[in-house]
Amino acid sequence: MSGTPNEACATCPAFNAGHLTRLGIDLSNVDFVVALAGNPNTGKSTVFNALTGLRQHTGNWPGKTVTRAEGGFAYSGKRFKIVDLPGTYSLLSTSADEEVARDFILFGKPDVTVIVVDATRLERNLNLVLQVLEITDKAVLCVNLIDEARRHKMEVDERTLARELGIPVVLAAARQREGIDQLLKSMFEVATGAVVCKPRRVQSIPPAVAKAVDRLTERVAGFFPGLPNARWVAMRLLEGDQRMIDAVESGELNTLLDQAQRPAENQQARVADTV
Amino acid sequence: MSTTDLKNPSSSPTASLLTEANALRWEMGEEYHDSLMEGIYEDAARIADRSVTRSGERRRFNLDRAIDHLVTSKWTGFPFMFLVLAVVFWLTVVGANVPSGLLADLLLDTVHPMLKGAMQSVGSPWWLTGVLIDGAYLAGAWVVSVMLPPMAIFFPMVTLLEDFGYLPRVAFNLDALYRRAGAHGRQALTMTMGFGCNAAGVVATRIIDSPRERLIAIITNNFSLCNGRWPTQILIASIFVGAMVPAHFAGLVAAGGVVVIAVLGVALSLVVSWSLSRSVLRGEASAFSLELPPYRPPRILQTLYTSLIDRTIIVLWRAVVFAVPAGIVIWLVGNVTIDGVTVAEHFVNWSNPFGLLIGLNGVILLAYIIAIPANEIVIPTVLMLTVLTSAINGVGAGAGVMFEADSTVATAEILRGGGWTALTGICLMLFSLLHNPCSTTIFTIYKETGSVKWTALATLLPLGMGFVVCFLVAQGWRLIAGG
Repeated sequence: MSGTPNEACATCPAFNAGHLTRLGIDLSNVDFVVALAGNPNTGKSTVFNALTGLRQHTGNWPGKTVTRAEGGFAYSGKRFKIVDLPGTYSLLSTSADEEVARDFILFGKPDVTVIVVDATRLERNLNLVLQVLEITDKAVLCVNLIDEARRHKMEVDERTLARELGIPVVLAAARQREGIDQLLKSMFEVATGAVVCKPRRVQSIPPAVAKAVDRLTERVAGFFPGLPNARWVAMRLLEGDQRMIDAVESGELNTLLDQAQRPAENQQARVADTV
Repeated sequence: MSTTDLKNPSSSPTASLLTEANALRWEMGEEYHDSLMEGIYEDAARIADRSVTRSGERRRFNLDRAIDHLVTSKWTGFPFMFLVLAVVFWLTVVGANVPSGLLADLLLDTVHPMLKGAMQSVGSPWWLTGVLIDGAYLAGAWVVSVMLPPMAIFFPMVTLLEDFGYLPRVAFNLDALYRRAGAHGRQALTMTMGFGCNAAGVVATRIIDSPRERLIAIITNNFSLCNGRWPTQILIASIFVGAMVPAHFAGLVAAGGVVVIAVLGVALSLVVSWSLSRSVLRGEASAFSLELPPYRPPRILQTLYTSLIDRTIIVLWRAVVFAVPAGIVIWLVGNVTIDGVTVAEHFVNWSNPFGLLIGLNGVILLAYIIAIPANEIVIPTVLMLTVLTSAINGVGAGAGVMFEADSTVATAEILRGGGWTALTGICLMLFSLLHNPCSTTIFTIYKETGSVKWTALATLLPLGMGFVVCFLVAQGWRLIAGG
């Protein structure tokens, strides 16, 4: 931050806008960890490349990324590590790629999760967004391919979306680098806590089910005080997710809680081991 | 739903929590998952409805649909696919010849003598010059000149098709076939990836959630011709298949021959998937949804860049890295003698009867052993060994020296001089499709399956099939042709 004229400018988004330094694969001393989630073929890898300066292969077909790719960038004087997760339609099934995505958002405790969606297929993509928002509080929605939507004469109102979802929403066309600055700003604000999200929880469920979820959430929170996603844990237990049952039984959830207090790099090393 | 219910988690302190979760699950039954999913869909629909406005006609959607109608229809889908493949190969065959010759001129005719002269002038012993220049350097240079041009044409074209959105349509066309074979529809996607690199294709099977279907996809991925084998196919098809017809049809027919081999590979992967799913890997095919993405105009420059850097250079580098030690091995087996005869000749003479029985020869068998690390170096190895063992005068540059074959014509002369016929060429194309995966792929299979047994099956099954298929073709051919 040596080039900063004075103190106030250091935190001013107007000054810092566009001050992106792509770090490629240099992942030393990261301040924040960003997870990049989304449906297949929404342009996650393109967003990843735009931020890191890396050239991860992109392709116009679903299922191209099956493992995690990692890269780094610096913005407003903070160093970020960004993890490109495999594209998935949901987080509720058991294939290896979905597990990678789910475990990272849940156990990797990213400082902000960027969910990339296809503007022309918003409704279907929102299913995943709602599931991610059940797991994490810190998220930014990147409505990508907005140029394609415009060509199809579709208009997406990001303010309505942001209000409904309770998280910042950015319209972007990553292939043309449109919206990347705004995305960086929103990521920065959520990661630093300057903006606090109030993510929407799924509402349209029958009262009996909602009651069961609430009751179990309370019990989970009682056993694991401080667990940020008790509701998700409860929902998975109700689903009979064997991995979650094991995690509760073996006390693995407690270990995760302990590690949540540690600096970001340590958590990452651990998650890399388990994934 | 069933196994976890019966489990009694009394031993852990969180037992009461799990008991309660279990009780609640019993209360709600199957309804829970469905109502949760319905809730998510309903919320998503409501939010999307509020935030998206559409106006005007949607002509582009209709254009997409019109293209889809052509490329995924029951009647035109497959012919269109074969046509696209044939055009891609034809352009590769026709376009690669000239730059290949230029590169060979530079690297082999000009640089090689210079290096050799330099080594001799600093007083290097003959065996060191042999190992380094005639072995390692020549192998690397040969691979570059024979592989770089076809790859620089082939990969960008495939990447453009991928960028455009054609690959998912290929998968869509094949999906029904794979499901009927008892495999996962997504295997169509991992197979398509195998056309680039089998090791990558094996890793890509992670998108298949059922372990049974994933194993099938891993074992059959080798039936997709990979980067390292396309140049072999294209070269041999140009020499032997193209030569069967008048010259102006040669390129077209050669491309057709490669398409036949590629399609045969797909067909065999279906047959093997079917047999596996009805024997050792029995089970039902699971359902999945395949999304057909919108067609997007390919970004030409970026595609050229990424396919040149990511694919061409990386594959080429891998080939060179493996070719250098292989070149040393080739030089050694061509120069180390036992009882006055080189090791190479010993093996070739010993294995030749078996090779001939399956339409190949001892040289090809030895080449496939030396080339286990990388399919890319099969052809250079074959050429070197052919010259070595058939003692052709006037070609080649001495024992164990992989030499230049300036053009396809020169290569053809050498091979014919080594006793090759059209049958040898066709059997080599078949064997190139049906043999063990390269060592990188074998290692990847082991890492992904964690099982020696499945790795061995995936390695030996195609090899066994190769022997059988080549044997049958050779015997059939000789019966009909009387040769």
